[in-house]
Order: sequence, then C-alpha cells, then structure tokens
Amino acid sequence: MIPELKKPISVSKAKVLLPLAIVLMALAFSCTRQAEEKDPVDRSTIKIGYFGDLTGPNYNFGKSAINGVLMVADEVNQAGGIRGRRIDVVIEDDRGSPEEAARLTAKLIDQDNVIAIIAGGTSGNSLAAAPKAQSSHIPFISPSSTDPAVTQAGDYIFRACFVDSFQGEVMARFAANTLKAQKAAIIFDFNSPYGRGLTDYFELSFAKFGGRIVSKQSYTQGDEDFKGQLSSIRAAEPDVIYIPGYYSDVTAIAKQARMIGLTQPLLGGDGWDAPELWQLGGDALNGSYITTHYSVDDPSPAIQMFVESYKQRYGNLLPDAHAALAYDATRLLVDAITRAGTTNGDKVRDALAQTKNFPGVTGLITINADRNAVKPAVVLKLQDAKFIYQETIHPQIATPSPSPSPSPTKKRRTL
Amino acid sequence: MDTFVQQLINGLNIGAIYALIALGYTMVYGILRLINFAHGDVYMVGAFAGYFLALSLGLAAAPSFLSLGIVLVGSMLIAAVVGVIIERFAYRPVRKYSRMTTLIMAIGVSLLIENLFVAQIGAAPRAFPDFLGSQSQLPYRLFGNAAISKAQIVIFLVSVALMVLLQWIVYKTKVGTAMRAVSFNLNSAKLMGINTDAIISLTFGIGSALAAAGGVLTAQYNPNIDPLMGILTGLKAFVAAVLGGIGNIPGAVLGGLLIGAAETFVVGYGHHIGIASTYRDAVAFAILILVLLIRPSGLLGSTVQEKV
Repeated sequence: MIPELKKPISVSKAKVLLPLAIVLMALAFSCTRQAEEKDPVDRSTIKIGYFGDLTGPNYNFGKSAINGVLMVADEVNQAGGIRGRRIDVVIEDDRGSPEEAARLTAKLIDQDNVIAIIAGGTSGNSLAAAPKAQSSHIPFISPSSTDPAVTQAGDYIFRACFVDSFQGEVMARFAANTLKAQKAAIIFDFNSPYGRGLTDYFELSFAKFGGRIVSKQSYTQGDEDFKGQLSSIRAAEPDVIYIPGYYSDVTAIAKQARMIGLTQPLLGGDGWDAPELWQLGGDALNGSYITTHYSVDDPSPAIQMFVESYKQRYGNLLPDAHAALAYDATRLLVDAITRAGTTNGDKVRDALAQTKNFPGVTGLITINADRNAVKPAVVLKLQDAKFIYQETIHPQIATPSPSPSPSPTKKRRTL
Repeated sequence: MDTFVQQLINGLNIGAIYALIALGYTMVYGILRLINFAHGDVYMVGAFAGYFLALSLGLAAAPSFLSLGIVLVGSMLIAAVVGVIIERFAYRPVRKYSRMTTLIMAIGVSLLIENLFVAQIGAAPRAFPDFLGSQSQLPYRLFGNAAISKAQIVIFLVSVALMVLLQWIVYKTKVGTAMRAVSFNLNSAKLMGINTDAIISLTFGIGSALAAAGGVLTAQYNPNIDPLMGILTGLKAFVAAVLGGIGNIPGAVLGGLLIGAAETFVVGYGHHIGIASTYRDAVAFAILILVLLIRPSGLLGSTVQEKV
C-alpha cells in the first residue's frame, strides 16, 4: 500500500484508498490472530466485545446489559476462566445510534480483535452492526433485539431473546383472551423496526383471535406531543391501546393519554421494562400490561439465585430483563466456547447453533435453525411502581404454526 | 366535531408554547438582525432550571399552583441571566464583525450548551414534576368528547398573560420605547443617548425568560426533559417566527399558533388523505420553504427595508 500512496493522488482517490488500507491492515491482524490460536497451550485472555446504549434516550438498556455481561465475566474468571483463559470484555457506547453501532463493530473486530460480540440493545442498532460481524466471521449475539430481521442478516448472528412475532402474538392473545378486548388501538414508533414489527404481528394475531384494530397512529422517537394521535384514538373508543415503544417515549404517551382522559389499559412490550419506567411514568402507568422476558418475582430457584447475586454486586439494584438477557447471552457464548474448545469464530458459531435446552435465567433456551432463541414469555401487570407477574406463555402454545408466514415480506429488504 | 375541537385545543396549546419561544427569536432579530440559534437551548436550560429548582426547594413533593408559580418565575430569572451572559460574552464581542460571524457564533453557542448539559447531567431523560396533577386526574369535559386538562388551561392562561405583559413592556414603558428605537436604528438610538448595550442585554433577558416559561410549561404536558429537547422545538419556533414575519411580535404569536395547529391537524386528520402522522415535523419545514418562496417577509411582516 505504501508505493500506491507515494504516487501523487487526488483527494478523492485518497478517500477511497485510505479505508482500503485500513481493511488490508485489519486482514493482516486477523491472520496473525488465527495463527496464535494454533499454539498448543493458550493462556491469553479471551476478548469479548460489548457495545450498547450506555448514554442516549434508552441508556438504561445498555447499563443493565453491561452489568449482566460483566457479571458472567467475573463469575467465569473467578472459577478459573474458560480452560484457564480469562475473559476480558471490551466495552463501547453506541449512544443509541445505528451509525455508531456499525462503526463500533468494525472497531471491536479490526482494532480490538475480539472473538465474539455481545451487543445491540435495540433492533435498529443490531441491524446496523450485523453485516460487519457476518463478513468477519465473528459470532454476534444480541441479548434483546427482537426484530426477526436481525438474525436474517447472516449465520453468525444470534439472539438470546424471543422474536417480535412471538411477543406480538402473546400480547394479542392476552388482550383477546384474558382482557376480553374486542377493539384495540395502536400507537407505534414509525422509525423503529422494533415498533413496526410488534405492530404488524399484534395486528395479525389480534385479528386471528377475533379482535379489530380501530385506530392506528404513529410517532417518531423524541416527539414531545402525542395528544393529536391520542385524541384520534379516543374518538375510536378502543378497549385497549397497544404502545410497542421504548420506555422514554412510552411514559410521555401514557401521561398524555391520561391527561386527555383515556382510561383504557395500555399494553406494551419488553421496551417498557426498565427501572426508569416508574420514575418517568408514575401513576399514569397503573393498570397497564407488558410482555417481557422474565420476572424478578418468578419463584423459580435459578431466577431467585441470579436476582440475589445481582443485587449483591450492584448495590441492591433489581436486574431488569435487559440485565437477565445479557447475562444469558454471555452464558450462551461461554458455553459455546467451552464446548467448541477454541475461540475460532467458525467453531464457536457451530457450537452456538447447536445449543439445546440451555438453562438460562430467562427460561430454557434452544437455538433454532434461524438462530433465534425459542423460550417462554411472561405477561406482567403494572401497578403502583410494581411489575406484578400474571402468566407465562410458552412458545409451543402461542405459536401454532412455525411457518414464517407472518413475517412481512418487506422485512426481507433489509437483507 | 368534538374531535375537531379537541385537535384545535391540542394544536393551539403547542402553538402557545411555540409562540413563547418564537417571541425570543423575533425580538433578537428585530434588534440585531441576528438569528439566535442558541435560543432553543435556552428553552431547554429553562426546563432544567425549573427541574433543579423544584428538586432543591422540595417543591416536587408539594404539587400546587404556588409551586408551579415559584418554579416558573425562578426558571425565567435563571434563563434571563443565562441569556444575558450569552449575549455579553459570545455575541457582543463579535457584533462589530459581519452578521455571518455572529450567526456562526450562535450555532457554536448552541452546540456548546447542548454538549455541556450532556456531559454534566447525561443525555438520559428526566421526569419533570407534575405540579397540576393533570396526569392523574381526568380532564374537564367541554361537550361531547372534547375535553381540556388543567395543564392545558394553565398553559393558555400563562402564555397569554406573558404575551400581554410583553406587549405592555414594548409599547407602554420607557425601556420598551428604547427597544423599539434600537430596533429601528441602532446607531441613531445611540446618538439619542440610549444605552444600546443595556437595551440589547435586556432584550436577550426577556426573550430567554419567555423561552424558559415555554420550557416549564411544556414539561407540564410532556414531563420527559433532556438536554437535546430544544433542537427541534427551537427550530419549529424559528419557523413560526419566520411565518409570522421575523422581527414582528404579534407575527411570532400568530406564527406559533398556526404551526402548532397545522402540526396537530396533520397528526389528527392526515391519515384520511394518506399523510402519516410522522409527517408532522416535515409540515413545519414545508411551511418555512413555502413562506420563503411566496412571502419572504412573513404574514404580518412589512416588506423589510434593508438598512444602509
């Protein structure tokens, strides 16, 4: 590359050549890394990359997730590491921006030489990051991106949570069967793949259970005023209002809904599940229901043990779904590396793909052919600053047909 | 019909807030021919000043009209000081250079304030206390389905009161006369013995206080405040000022109300004609482009005579 650069070149040419040079250097680095792995006794640390929104509108997702990841790393290192090799987590902050997520993925892979990435709180960010991980053959596990399109980006992309089709269907089933709702209104974030996905699947399933969508409104993240949409919803007189957004917007919507006199139950997804939810939303959230990945009130001993040691580590903080999912995602990775007996990306990928009935804190996890986690969902009721456990819905019950038919074809465009 | 009335109430409500902020843009432009792009951030500073004031005085636990009044006045005073400081240390030193320099300075100040806040208190949204209890109690029914909440009534009353007060200051007091003189011709005003620097400071102070009032009032219906909340709202208020005729005080109020109403009607009725509610922001800026193309002086603005 040096002789090429010595030639007098125009600025626009340099712009093309520079990234090329960086890619070549990255290739050179990745070759040396693979050579090292062939050493008979490897005592080097295992570098795992993490990025998530540690600041930004949904910063709580990232903060909880990194707690879960670091907890696994410490537990494994205290127990002597994976075959004697310690885990080292390289942490980056994507500030909630997909562009930043894509850049950081390249940075983690090319500069830090991580062997796997746990990342992408939101679906949009995972979608932006996935192509780079796929082309570099670096296993990528998203703890909490529920958009089906995420793992369709390639066979190195996994997730530790259920998909939106399942989550949307669980809420539609709950609304129709348990709440006996016949008319539903939806208000969703138009720019978020997560919100659009949940909306599509809720709509489809709710119709299947005999319900009707009477009003469908949209907003964009960071909007300040939702009273226009909410007034239209009020005119349609729904029984329930589905708001598949993230907690910062959802709390503002909930408060304004109460302000204009909407008293119907609000329904949401795992995007609501954050400790800040109550601080931002207050009493306006009372009587709402959400689908999420697990409940701290679940009496199962595995969950209670996890909750206890998490509280001990993080000053009595209760682990939310993002902490639990990140914990499980990292555990899945450690399990795969242990079974593979190497940190080689291809072998770890194969081991991950073969995961069956892994006992995670968010339920028994099996990775299916689409690299999605098949696992149960729980429905929680929101009342007076508490998440009250309602019911657990298992995948075999809620998903009668495993066919990908509900997946809208427009999703495939993102490939 | 009742839905229409409801949307009109909602629209005029946001419009009243835009109008409060637009007044600051228009006053500063009227005097200095400067578009103060940091004005949206002063609105954010006002909201945060109110938030921290409520926390430190323990008013969040005692929601009442009095608490809101204290927080409102307090944050207006703090924002006024911030506005005066910005003018004194950022704009005054470059005032003698071209207008472009001041404009770029304004953009710099805006980014500085935003990033200072992100660095100091974090980008995460915070919950502004609900002084009026309108998030937990039902709104007042007007007729049919149309209803108005306590917060909306307070927003209307306070913003109208502040606009009347501003009108009184500008047209009935001595400093108001001085302000109009400075806006008419800065150098002549100086020759007439007016302390123009003091008048410019005062203008920034009043404009900033109005923006802070907008910030605190907004937080009564959208309690999530964050350091970047002023960007979009500030831009829309700027559009409102241009629509009404920048430099024209009644124009800013009219522009604000129109933008607020237009936005809400797009959200409320757009889907009947195939416009998604997410086009609300696009509408404000489409209006800006149309105004600049068709009537650059704005609805109430006179054809601007460029000063020589």
